Amino acid sequence: MEAEVRTPPTICGMGHRMKRKEDARFLFGKGRYVDDIKLPGMLYMDIVRSPFAHARIKSINAERALAMDGVVAVITGKDLEKYNLHWMPTLMGDTQMVLPTDRVMYQAQEVAAVIATDRYIAADAVEAIEVEYEPLEPVIDPFRALEPDAPVLRTDKGKTDNHIWHWEVGDREATERAFQEADVVVKQQIYIPRIHVASIETCGCIADYDPVEGKLTVYMTTQAPHVVRTALAMVAGHVGLSEEKIRVISPDIGGGFGGKVPIYPGYVIAIAASVLLGKPVKWIEDRSENLQADSFARDYHITAELAATKEGKITALRIKTLADHGYTDAAANPSKFPAGLFSICTGSYDIKHAFVEVDAVYTNKPPGGIAYRCSFRVTEAVHAIERMVDVLAQKLGMDPAELRFKNFIQPDQFPYKSALGWEYDSGNYPAALRKAMDLIGYEELRREQAERRARGELMGIGISSFTEIVGAGPSRHFDILGIKMFDSCELRIHPTGKAIARFGTKSQGQGHETTYAQIIAEELGIPAEHVQVEEGDTDTAPYGLGTYASRSTPTAGAAAAMAARKVREKARKIAAYLLEVSEEDLEWEPGVFRVKGAPDKSVTIQDIALAAYTNHPPGMEAGLEAVHYYDPPNLTFPFGSYICVVDIDKGTGQVKIRRFVAVDDCGHVINPMIVEGQIHGGLTMGFAPAMMEELVYDEEGNILTGSFMDYLLPTAVETPRWETARTVTPSPHHPLGAKGVGESATVGAPAAIVNAVVDALSPYGVTHIDIPITPYKVWKILHEKGVV
Amino acid sequence: MATQKVTVTLTVNGTTHTAEVEPRLLLVHFLREHLNLTGTHIGCDTTHCGACTVLMNGRAVKSCTVLTVQADGATIKTIEGMAENGQMHPLQEGFHVEHGLQCGYCTPGMIMRAAELLARNPDPTEEEIRWGISGNLCRCTGYVNIVKAIQYAARKLREREQAAAGS
Ligand code: FES
Ligand code: FES
Repeated sequence: MEAEVRTPPTICGMGHRMKRKEDARFLFGKGRYVDDIKLPGMLYMDIVRSPFAHARIKSINAERALAMDGVVAVITGKDLEKYNLHWMPTLMGDTQMVLPTDRVMYQAQEVAAVIATDRYIAADAVEAIEVEYEPLEPVIDPFRALEPDAPVLRTDKGKTDNHIWHWEVGDREATERAFQEADVVVKQQIYIPRIHVASIETCGCIADYDPVEGKLTVYMTTQAPHVVRTALAMVAGHVGLSEEKIRVISPDIGGGFGGKVPIYPGYVIAIAASVLLGKPVKWIEDRSENLQADSFARDYHITAELAATKEGKITALRIKTLADHGYTDAAANPSKFPAGLFSICTGSYDIKHAFVEVDAVYTNKPPGGIAYRCSFRVTEAVHAIERMVDVLAQKLGMDPAELRFKNFIQPDQFPYKSALGWEYDSGNYPAALRKAMDLIGYEELRREQAERRARGELMGIGISSFTEIVGAGPSRHFDILGIKMFDSCELRIHPTGKAIARFGTKSQGQGHETTYAQIIAEELGIPAEHVQVEEGDTDTAPYGLGTYASRSTPTAGAAAAMAARKVREKARKIAAYLLEVSEEDLEWEPGVFRVKGAPDKSVTIQDIALAAYTNHPPGMEAGLEAVHYYDPPNLTFPFGSYICVVDIDKGTGQVKIRRFVAVDDCGHVINPMIVEGQIHGGLTMGFAPAMMEELVYDEEGNILTGSFMDYLLPTAVETPRWETARTVTPSPHHPLGAKGVGESATVGAPAAIVNAVVDALSPYGVTHIDIPITPYKVWKILHEKGVV
Repeated sequence: MATQKVTVTLTVNGTTHTAEVEPRLLLVHFLREHLNLTGTHIGCDTTHCGACTVLMNGRAVKSCTVLTVQADGATIKTIEGMAENGQMHPLQEGFHVEHGLQCGYCTPGMIMRAAELLARNPDPTEEEIRWGISGNLCRCTGYVNIVKAIQYAARKLREREQAAAGS
């Protein structure tokens, strides 16, 4: 079922496969990413980084560096300390070093910065700086971090242990009882490893301080420019950078996926350097720095349990998790949700009782806990529940599809209140799974599997029927640093009937310049090609919280529709005036007001736009524009069912994905072409951590996967040929019925893959494998279990 | 540490440039910083991502792993040299029509790599395309539509070839 297309191709509203308006500049090599910008007199910054995971800095000697031709300055923590800029808050309200004055807390941490006239000279000077360290005992294993004799890392905060916070939700006692009364209980440890978003563009900025105006302009790889501006004003207000003197510009962004939400020390050092030197300073990290020092995602050690009847009705879920946050909690969650939206872990199932607790710890690893193309810990939650349902199916000897059908929240139960407190807006889970099963030929595949098993071959089929929670959020629950999570659109119609719309979000490849224009075209009948969309400049765009957590369509997309409707209301008044009828006598069709019963008496939106500036009704303000700050009444709950078929090579342990069918439901679709693209990309970023990616540390805290040599991104060769399809269950509360789609596939895919591999190996007693499923891991299992 | 500069002459997108460069200057930096051809991107420091791919004497090279002095005398083509008279090259068109780009960061490198691929193999199979671009990473698209974009361009280029042969 496709969304109804209500506009002709000349208007190109919702549902059209409009080709992207932003493509041309990228295709001609005229994109404008941060590193493409060159300002007169610009200096370059490079960073000295710690070789140790935990060490005291005894001395920093910059003499040789400072003597080099072209080196302008060396900045250390002591320099920043004079201005009280050596620490800054994280988005989770923890504290983070900009540059250390005393101890380093992870390998590759920033130790000092060099400013030079050229990036090669800056790199030379980094080599010339001598730092003397006294290594300290590192704490790498998060379980070790909680032992009483573990070194305490955050003594600066007056801490006496490494525990950061405890968070719990649900009814502990009722869940306990349900487990005691259950016929069947299954329990599984699941580790969801540390990974890195590794967008192909790394992070960087140009800080340009104008000493005469006292104004700071920062070009920056950020998904949330407005929040950055406010945060900078909070951090540096005391040295005279007040908010109206800060302009953050987020130019073209080469992929974000959550990694460009945090404020990294490099940005702040570059800003400090520009203010101190009165010159523009550019900092662009290289790939190894990006992988080694920027925020990681995941790193959840989960223990999950399900209780069920012997017929397979799930009665309770219990999860205990240890979260390794590195040396500071630098997640980018809404402030009241330290474990993000992990409590979506009851998933697509009607589970009466649930209890979840998460404890976070400090270790000597880089800070983070950000998303990896997912809405605040939703992947962790989905992976846990979708794995557990299979673990239970295996225990009961039931088909995993049958067990899912038995436990799904039924279509007539929406809006559905989950045991952990969420109100799911809409869904039709059986329909999505049925569709995926039909597309892939599920029953036939099971028959084939039985035959292959009889021949000793390893074939597996895995399902994941996930539910997401996106679009943060209702501002009564969701804020970042106290700023409510609404988003905005400011829409102006020009006299000739063309429009400009500005937003508080920021595209990083999602195609906002096209999809937002289509929304306005849908609502006003102005052709999408005549709607110019702008984002990312805090001097011109209305305030917003930015693009991450699949929130742009649910929030800013809704704001676009609402702003357009405000414009339409005013347009109706002008139309009534022009046609000399009352407003009630008018009817609207895209782009035109007609007099009821006299359809040849009409005015177009273009006529009205001109009149708004040339011939508007007496007593009415001139112009045709509106602003809307949209505060969603609820989150949206996209969902889908994925089925993966794998074949395993017994000799090498290589897992080959034979087919992967993804049925997604993101409500009404703005642009089907873009939605498919988002799903393809999301699936690939689900496949990647399932099969290849992991940030691995040795016991000294040395990173073993710190470059693309060892941190493996999928190429076109490994990536499966995705097969996609959709069902459409609109969100009842979103003005367009849309839900958001950018991350569904990343969230849903890994469990389908793991479930398929475990299914292939289940005859040999395998019940779980932690991701990434590398050939070596499978090869070892094959040998341990005596399969070969 | 700066050493004696060396004079090099390169023809880039049809224009000849002579410049004094440090022997260690990477070709990608020469293109981006000296010639302001910023369409060629940098995505890694280990020659894995291919964002920096350009054509050097017709061969696709990762310009982050070529010294400018090695390119002395060479003919270079970058993404900025693909369109003719403001008209998109079939590869550029293919990426647009098939939605083969999202953030666009990998795109110039992909297009340059694909240009060499199609020059050597005008009618590649999907498998050949996937292997052909396996030195270029894209984090956004999942490659499905990049493959389609290259197939689109291959078709267009073959049609053009046939039309030229026919006339
Ligand atoms: S920049 Fe990655 S291969 Fe050249
Ligand atoms: S389009 Fe973003 S990396 Fe390829």
